[in-house]
Amino acid sequence: MAGLRRDLVTAAVALVLMTLVLGLAYPLVIPGIAQVVFPGQANGSKVSFEGRTVGSKLIGQEFKGRAYFHSRPSATEYSADATFFGNAGPNSAELRDSIREELAAYLKREKPYDRSLTREQVPVDAVTESASGVDPQISEANARIQAHRVAAVRNLSLAEVEALIAAHTDGRSLGVLGEPGVNVLRLNIALEEKAPLR
Amino acid sequence: MAQGWLQIALFAVVLVALTKPLGVYMARVFTNQHVFLTPVLGPIERFTYRVLRVRPGEGQDWKGYARSLIVFSLLFWVALYLILRTQGVQPFNPQGFHSAPWDVNFNTTSSFITNTNWQYYGGEATMSYFSQMAGLAVQNFVSAAVGIAVVVALIRGIVARSGREIGNFWADLTRTILYVLLPISIVGALFLVSQGVIQNLGHYQVIHTLTGGNQVLAQGPVASQEAIKELGTNGGGFFNVNSAYPFENPSGLTNFVELLLILVIPAGLTYTYGRMVGSQRQGWAIFSAMFVLFIVGVAVVYLAEQHGSPAQHAAGLHTAAFDGSTGGNMVGKEQRFGVADSSLWTAVTTVTSCGAVNAAFESLTGIGGAVPFVNLGFSEVVFGGVGAGLYSMLLYVLLAVFIGGLMVGRTPEYLGKKIQAREIKLVSLGVLFTPLVTLLSAGIASAAPVAKQSIYAGRNPSGLSETLYAYLSQANNNGSAWAGYTGFVQPHAPGNVGAHGLSFTDLLGGIVMIGARFAPILFVLAIAGALAGKKVSPPGLGTMRTDNPTFVFLLVGVVILVGALTFFPAILLGPVANGLSGRLF
Repeated sequence: MAGLRRDLVTAAVALVLMTLVLGLAYPLVIPGIAQVVFPGQANGSKVSFEGRTVGSKLIGQEFKGRAYFHSRPSATEYSADATFFGNAGPNSAELRDSIREELAAYLKREKPYDRSLTREQVPVDAVTESASGVDPQISEANARIQAHRVAAVRNLSLAEVEALIAAHTDGRSLGVLGEPGVNVLRLNIALEEKAPLR
Repeated sequence: MAQGWLQIALFAVVLVALTKPLGVYMARVFTNQHVFLTPVLGPIERFTYRVLRVRPGEGQDWKGYARSLIVFSLLFWVALYLILRTQGVQPFNPQGFHSAPWDVNFNTTSSFITNTNWQYYGGEATMSYFSQMAGLAVQNFVSAAVGIAVVVALIRGIVARSGREIGNFWADLTRTILYVLLPISIVGALFLVSQGVIQNLGHYQVIHTLTGGNQVLAQGPVASQEAIKELGTNGGGFFNVNSAYPFENPSGLTNFVELLLILVIPAGLTYTYGRMVGSQRQGWAIFSAMFVLFIVGVAVVYLAEQHGSPAQHAAGLHTAAFDGSTGGNMVGKEQRFGVADSSLWTAVTTVTSCGAVNAAFESLTGIGGAVPFVNLGFSEVVFGGVGAGLYSMLLYVLLAVFIGGLMVGRTPEYLGKKIQAREIKLVSLGVLFTPLVTLLSAGIASAAPVAKQSIYAGRNPSGLSETLYAYLSQANNNGSAWAGYTGFVQPHAPGNVGAHGLSFTDLLGGIVMIGARFAPILFVLAIAGALAGKKVSPPGLGTMRTDNPTFVFLLVGVVILVGALTFFPAILLGPVANGLSGRLF
């Protein structure tokens, strides 16, 4: 019994001590340092346009209309404060239908500007929901297809738009890790700066 | 795919390279030797002992060790439950979140105490910063340290020269947190912030987007939690979509580092083990068995995911890779990770008991999704949770020694200690307890009408997969999920208003997690005590070697035989049924 009582006291003291050190000191010291050394990153890597914050370069946004590059489909309508997975199973008939619809919509949107576009050329990321629901990127193939439409609508040459794509493509980390992707928000901001809609 | 294989190979190489240095470091920490951090941390360590009023050199027998561990965990259970219940009146709650329902809190508390981090709640929509930091993240450290303490105690039992003591729980706990978990977490957290993982205490921010819409950006002290979440193989995300969310895992580089954080301690501990038992070959033998099973798993997921899913093909989508597109099954995956890194993560997080995810498990292909099932079916012995993986694997080692001994007619003996009836009984209990709990609870949940509302996919193989995986994951203290399965219904109202739990699902899961964590720990400590009292006999001609490829082969065989075959029929009905038929449901 004496051993048990001693354990209880020790455990109680340990609980208080660990909560203070691991639960408050550690997570509060890190932002202290981070806010000084990496303030931009620690607060969400914001990007701005014409002096106002329009989002985070890490968090994707939904784009509609023909003048913009479109992000990937999202199960959460690009919610950044209530996230969840789409959870469509590999053998789900609903998933088949939704991909079929996305595919048809994509072709309907892009084909008028890129006559040679076929179903086989549509990259998988363009018609599938991401994991986070806020995927900030699209694949390079996806961007190259959409470039035809955006160039036509904004009266830019295809080469100019492709140059913008290249400038806003994040390569693999250190050249090997992950996959390259085009940051949609930053690309669309660059478009607005270069050829604003009148 | 060559680029994907290159990334996987690179990861394996770096992991192997880190195993020895970290293993040596941890061995020195656990045997109370001088390490490079001692000048800084030594005074803090001694201060801690003074405050706790423990004498670190005072050894405990297995019962004393177990009692300290249970009392400590029990007290923390109560504290965490109270913190979560009273969330509404605490500081660091800029969004004004009320407490989640009691049954969800019961599940969450049990989940974090047991290193499971199974989550029925969505972090950014349910938890205040105080709950995340002072409640959940503390447990990420503590429950990880408890797992490591138990394996260190077991190793001491194996090497003890006839005694009863297996170390001091409080000293093991303190040294693990102070010298291993905290320093790596601090460095890891700062690195993650530098790469874009957020770390602040501000309000959620309303952004007027480029095209005039609104987007609310959830904030929080994410990086500090992210680092220990991976390092302690906890896995509970700050955000609901876990490490798929860009604020938790923004790039290919952070993904790589987070994967290393998950595996580095479980891998390093095999080297620590070799050093502590005085034969590095014993450690590498265990590492090899784990490594083989791990790599096979990675390869299967990657090949299956790159092939694409029946639903994609039926929709007329081409899933071949071409210039500028990854191809494959990108449903529930992020562009920056693609198919290769998502597959690697899926294998890493399920061989360890981490359970963090960077892709949606429920959207994996049938065969790709079978790999997490099989990995969990191995009872998390392939690297496994920090500490927990190695002590569970050592049970399988003893079992393999016993079976090997029976096959060749020799007295089973491990590192000079005879394995006798008492040890084998305890080993059998330890090995079979978790599978038994899994199958019983998954069976009950599949049959009980009340549990039906937890299932998202309906009455088809995916629905069965959800239920089975929920209890497999909770019993093995993993925490990853076929995320359609739920125990928490939350309407789209701010601050948990109107939310309610599904009591049956929450309570069953909570009880399963606690039982399947602490019962095996007690068996393991009892084995440590039994082995500690045994005399060491010198190896003779009749001793079966446990450090050569033959034994590695035997060990892998035993793991597959016991682990996977227990679950084979159930796995056939779930993911494999999806994978082998092109049928849509």
